[in-house]
Amino acid sequence: MLSMKNISMVYRTDLVETHALREFSLEVREGDYVSVTGPSGSGKTTFLNIAGLLEQFTSGIYELDGRDVSQLSDGERSKVRNEKIGFIFQGFNLIPDLNLFDNVDVPLRYRGFSAAERKRRIERGLDMVGLASRMKHLPSQLSGGQQQRVAIARALAGEPRFLLADEPTGNLDSQMALSVMELISDINRFGTTIIMVTHDPALAGLAQRNVHIRDGRVSDIGADTQIVAAARG
Amino acid sequence: MFNYYLKLGWLSIRRNPLLSALMIAAIAVGIGACMTTITVNYVMSGNPIPHKSDQLFYVQLDNWDPNVSSEEPLEPPDQVTYTDAMALMRAGTAYRQVASNRSGLVLEPHGEGELPFTVDTRNTFADFFPMFDLPFQFGSGWDRAADAGLERVVVLSREINERVFGGEDSVGRSVRLNGMDFRVVGVIDDWLPVPKFYDVTNGAFNEPEEIFIPFNVAVEYQLPRNGNTNCWKPSEGSGHEAFLASECVWIQFWAELRNAQEEQDYLAFLNAYTGQQKALGRFPRPLNNRLDDVMEWMEREEVVEDDAQVMLGLSLLFLVVCLLNTIGLLLAKFLGKSGDIGLRRALGATRATLFIQHMIEAGLIGLGGGVLGLGLAWLGLRGIEALFGEFVKNLVGMDWVMVLTAVCLAICSALLAGLYPTWRACRVAPAGQLKTQ
Repeated sequence: MLSMKNISMVYRTDLVETHALREFSLEVREGDYVSVTGPSGSGKTTFLNIAGLLEQFTSGIYELDGRDVSQLSDGERSKVRNEKIGFIFQGFNLIPDLNLFDNVDVPLRYRGFSAAERKRRIERGLDMVGLASRMKHLPSQLSGGQQQRVAIARALAGEPRFLLADEPTGNLDSQMALSVMELISDINRFGTTIIMVTHDPALAGLAQRNVHIRDGRVSDIGADTQIVAAARG
Repeated sequence: MFNYYLKLGWLSIRRNPLLSALMIAAIAVGIGACMTTITVNYVMSGNPIPHKSDQLFYVQLDNWDPNVSSEEPLEPPDQVTYTDAMALMRAGTAYRQVASNRSGLVLEPHGEGELPFTVDTRNTFADFFPMFDLPFQFGSGWDRAADAGLERVVVLSREINERVFGGEDSVGRSVRLNGMDFRVVGVIDDWLPVPKFYDVTNGAFNEPEEIFIPFNVAVEYQLPRNGNTNCWKPSEGSGHEAFLASECVWIQFWAELRNAQEEQDYLAFLNAYTGQQKALGRFPRPLNNRLDDVMEWMEREEVVEDDAQVMLGLSLLFLVVCLLNTIGLLLAKFLGKSGDIGLRRALGATRATLFIQHMIEAGLIGLGGGVLGLGLAWLGLRGIEALFGEFVKNLVGMDWVMVLTAVCLAICSALLAGLYPTWRACRVAPAGQLKTQ
């Protein structure tokens, strides 16, 4: 359902060309939980930005749900992002002067749902992350882990097919990180495809597959951990 | 979504109160300066009698010096002689016609211990009241028979009736003017044409006169004249009769003509009259009669002076400078929201929706600037009033049109100022912002 073939991404200035991705290919199936690892500057975030239609790539073919997205207009890309993709960022990226309800409401507003439908989805999302009772609080009144849970609720409110997470526990202590990772695993169990960028091998191990990137190329695609486990069993 | 954008705009304004206050202040100062001059120009150039301004015509006859025109370039004098005014009144060619001039009389109240005082007076004819649609509190104007019969009748303003008769219905009672008794036939209700179109030669922004008496009576009893009198050659002889027969101009003449045909006919009549007078040795200049409706006449007389227009231009330039400042501030504000914009883009906002959101925010800032600017404009107008006194009293009031104009101008200005910053903000690449938040 997510297919990248020979994707290249080159950042050009007058003096320098930087190859962030080179001939990058990857297939992600419906319901997969894929971790993407690699050293700093290897191209992990560039890959995630391209996968999330936040950046245009230089060359290659990218199909999302069987549709070539390279020719989509800016408005169409926004629509696809809004309807099919949820984002979780390392820095939570909540809007500080909106309360939790309104933060989760942001993507739903652009979707054009009725007020009642938005309310239903927001309450369900916040309930899922255990923050339904605090929906009138501001982000600053929450801990880091709780803020990341709100970001997850926001990502899930639109019921996306993909959840793209960029170092989702990077700003959390180990206790909070564990709780967030459990939540992400639960989401995957309910059928959402997850692609998570991380540099933490332990977190990467929680995914079904690990893709290692080095110098903008896929250097290693790990085996499906569940399949491996089943074979060993 | 509009309410949502309003809420976001308000939150954004609150998030950076200092920056927002600076923008609102920049717009407010520009709007305040602009609205002060626009208001003065608007009042100066307003149509004082919109329902029939195209039916009222000011008459100019060029009886002037054959070698030098009354006013350059080749303008006829802006008033007429007594000889011509009376000839036109006798002819009665127009639907209504009025000769009038400004005067000042001494009114002697009947009450004991009350001192006489001077009153601004207009000497005029019966048609003055229906022609200019004067509203009456009591009674009415006099009729044409009173003009012909030299009846000593008077119409009072509401203020004079208050002062002399305590505001009671004074119709039928008498007032003493310059030692003569005049019978009150009517009391005018509030009437304040701005500009005072029927006599712009004696102060286009003065208040209307306080009393009105028949022109013929004023002439018959040689009551004093105020206002402008211009002559291009000396009277032949001396005394009142010689002055009346002179080529001095001191009378304003208006004709009410109900349609284009009547206007055409009346101009032909004026030209024919001038031709007759030429045969009698008058009107040495080439034919140069004029018939201007109210707005044409005010334009010809430059009721809105060039200085006022220059001031208007300068204040608009000042508004532009304020808007340039606002553009800079908005740019700083919107680009400071790059993280928020990037996030919204990632969550599905299109450039168009973000453009609308930020334009509404700019509009809100404009609204704030407009409201504050109205206050500054009010202060500016009070300043003008304090500086120039009574003379401009009628020019420094803001009506609802001006209030709405101020707010709309402020919002439109802010939207204009917001175009470039909003466009720049919407170009923000979302990916670059999300990692740095």
